[in-house]
Amino acid sequence: MTPDAIIIGSGPGGSTAAEVLTRAGWSVVIMEKGRNHLLDPDDLTKPARDFSNDEIKFISRHFLGPDPLIEPRAFRRSTEEGEHTHVGEVNSIPTTVGGGGTHADGKVPRFREEDFGLHSVYGPQDGAHVDDWPLTYAELEPYYAEVEHAIGVAGREGANPFAAWRSGPYPMPPGAPMYGSVLSSAAAEKLGLHPYEAPTAANSIAYDGRPACNNCGYCAFFGCPIHAKGDPVALLTKTLATGRAELMAETFVSRIRIEGSRATAVDYIGPDGVTRTMGAQLVIVAGGAIETPRLLLLSGLEHPALGRHLMVHFQTITVGHFAELRLHPHKGRAVTHVHDDAMVQDDRARAAAAEAGLPWLRGGLVEHSGSGLPIMEARHSPWGRHHAQAMRDSNLRDRMWAFIMQGEDLPYPSNTVDLSPSIRDARGFPVARITYQPGRHELAASKHHGKILQAVLEEMGADWTVHTSSPGVSYHGIGATPVPESRHVIGTARMGDDPASSVVDRWGRVHSLENVIVADSSVFVTSAGYGPTLTLVALAARAAHHLAGTLPS
Amino acid sequence: MARYVGPVPVWLSEGEFASLRAACSEMMPSDQGAPGAEEAGVADYIDILLGAFTFNPPRIWAGGPTSGRMGGEARFATFHRLSRLDELAWRMRIEGSQGIPEREFNGPVIGLQERYRRGLAALGDDFVPVDGKERRRRLRADPEFCELLHGHCCEGMYGAPEYGGNRNMVGWDYIGFKGDVQPVGYSDVEVSGP
Repeated sequence: MTPDAIIIGSGPGGSTAAEVLTRAGWSVVIMEKGRNHLLDPDDLTKPARDFSNDEIKFISRHFLGPDPLIEPRAFRRSTEEGEHTHVGEVNSIPTTVGGGGTHADGKVPRFREEDFGLHSVYGPQDGAHVDDWPLTYAELEPYYAEVEHAIGVAGREGANPFAAWRSGPYPMPPGAPMYGSVLSSAAAEKLGLHPYEAPTAANSIAYDGRPACNNCGYCAFFGCPIHAKGDPVALLTKTLATGRAELMAETFVSRIRIEGSRATAVDYIGPDGVTRTMGAQLVIVAGGAIETPRLLLLSGLEHPALGRHLMVHFQTITVGHFAELRLHPHKGRAVTHVHDDAMVQDDRARAAAAEAGLPWLRGGLVEHSGSGLPIMEARHSPWGRHHAQAMRDSNLRDRMWAFIMQGEDLPYPSNTVDLSPSIRDARGFPVARITYQPGRHELAASKHHGKILQAVLEEMGADWTVHTSSPGVSYHGIGATPVPESRHVIGTARMGDDPASSVVDRWGRVHSLENVIVADSSVFVTSAGYGPTLTLVALAARAAHHLAGTLPS
Repeated sequence: MARYVGPVPVWLSEGEFASLRAACSEMMPSDQGAPGAEEAGVADYIDILLGAFTFNPPRIWAGGPTSGRMGGEARFATFHRLSRLDELAWRMRIEGSQGIPEREFNGPVIGLQERYRRGLAALGDDFVPVDGKERRRRLRADPEFCELLHGHCCEGMYGAPEYGGNRNMVGWDYIGFKGDVQPVGYSDVEVSGP
C-alpha cells in the first residue's frame, strides 16, 4: 500500500517530519541509506546498544558512515581547478539511522530575529546572494519551542543577553560546566564578552524516559551509549510506536520519479542490492544539504539555484597552551559554554569591515572547548623516544583549550554541490561534488575575531596561542587543507517566495513539484553563525504541521 | 575476555611480523619505565586488522555499549556483523581491489595488506638485528609507509584493548587516561573542578 508520505533520510529533519505526521495520523515510510545502529532491531521503539566509548570504531573506522571508499565525495575550490582536486571525505555527516543527530555534541542554539532578515538589516555584499528569509523568527518560534521539548534541550533562559525572545523556558537546566569552560568564561567576561551555558541537547536530568548524561566525554563524533543525547532516538521511537511508520534502513533512494508537476514514485535499492519502486503520494527529502541536491539532480530536477549557495561555516580555531594546568577536556559534554558576541555588531567589527572594504561582517557562535582523545593527540605527537613523555605531558590535549568560531558563510552562488562527472559510489551513481572556498567576508571576519579570541586565551593564562581556520587558507597551518572540516552543511535548495530565485517555497515545497518537500538545512537562505540543527528541525516541524493541518503543541 | 588472546601473527608471516614489531618499537619505544609498542602489543593490533576477515564476524567494529571495565556487560568483545556494503568497503580497504570489478568502480585500490607487505619488505630482511639509528633511517626513507604505520601505532597504543593492542591498558594507564568509562562516566565535580 502506498504510504501517505515517503521520507528520505532519518536524521533530525526526516525524523521530525515523521513524528509530526504520524502523530497526526499519517502513515509514513522512512528510507535511510545507512545502517540502523540507533534502534533495537528486535523492538524499534527502544534504543539500540551499539554505541560506545570507542575512538577506533567511531573516529578511525567510520562506524556511523559514510565510508569514503564506497561513498566518496569529490572536492575542488573553484571551477578553475578542473574536475576535482580531492576525492574522499568532504563534510561527511553520518550515514546512519538518526543521521547527523547521532554524532553531534548537541549544541542547539536558536537563530536570532535578525538572522532571518540579513538583507533588510545589514544590506548586500558583493558576490553573495544575501537575501531575507520568507519567514520571520516570530513565525518559527512556536516550532522552536515544540522541538526543544521533543528532543530535550538543556539551557538557561536569560543567560545569553543577545538571545531572541522565547515563549517559555528550556525544558531542562544546564548540565555541569567543564573546568576549562569555567576558566575561559571568566577570562571572556573580563574582556567584556558574554559567555553562557550552551543550549545543549544532552539531558542534564532524566528526561522523557532517557537518562541524564553522565559526562563520559565521548560526545562529538560519537553516538551516545546511554541515549542521553537529543539525537533523533526520541523522535523515531515515538514515530515507530504509533504503528503508522515503517523504517527501511540500508535503503538508498536513487531517483524520485517525476511526471509533470508531481512525484509519482521513488526508485530505491535495498540491503540486498536489488532496485525496486514504491509509489508515492508525497515525498519528503531530508538528506542534508549535500545529499538532498544530489538526489534532486539525479532525479532530473532542474533549477538555476539548485545546488548553489552551499554554506559550511568557515571555522576560526584559536588554541591556547597552559603549561601549568590540566584541563581534562575529555570529561564532560565537549562544549558547555559559548558566546554570541562575534555575531553582534560593535565599533571594532565595523572598523574591521571598513578596513577590509566590506559593508559589514559577522562572525559566529564561539564554542569554548578542549580538544581530543588520546589517539587524536598521538597522531599529532612525535614518534620515537620522546613519544611516551609527550603523551604523558599531554601538551596537545590536557593542557590545551580552544575556541572554535562557527563563522557565518555568506551564500555565494559559486559555492555549489553538483554531480561528479567521473566519481561513482559503490552502487554506481555519481557522487556529490563540492565546489567551495571562503569569500572576503569570511576571511576578514576570521582575522578580526581570531585576534579577539587569542586575547581571551592570553587573559586565561595561555603561555602561547595560535590562530588557524578550517578550511586552511595559508595551507601551511595546523591541519591546513582546502577541504572544510565543518559538518554544518547549509543552503543548496534555498527557500523563497520567488520561484525564479528559490528552489522551495516558505513551507519547504519544491516550487515546481506539488508533492515534494525538502525538510533539512538545504532550504536555509543564509547560514547565520549557529549550528543548523535546531533551526532545520523547527522548519521540518513547521512543514509537517502545515501538511497535516495541525498546530505545534 | 576483553583482549584477543589467540595466536599471532594472524595474517603476516613470522618474518614480517618480527619486522613489524621492530618497526613499531622504533615508533613507540619502551623508555625509562614508559611502556612502548612492545608492551602494548601494537604489532598484534596491526596484524589483527590485516587479518580481520579471518574472524567471524570480522574484527572491524567492537560491540557496545560497555566493555565491562567500569561495570556493565563486556560487550566490546562481541564484534559487529558487517552489512554487504560494509564488507565491500573493508575488503577494499584491507585486501585492495585485486582486479575485482565490484571493487574498482573508481579505479584500482591498493589495500593495507599490500601496503604493509611492501613497506615491511622495503625495510630489509635484516631490519630486526640492525641498530635503532639504522632502523629509523630506513623508516624515514619511506614517508608514506611511515605515516601509515604511525597512525596504526597510535590506534594500537591508545585504542580499546579488544582490538588487540593497548595490552593491559598500558597505553591509557601511562598517560592517566581511563579509556571507556560507561556506564559510570564522570561526576559533576570531576567535570567542573581542577
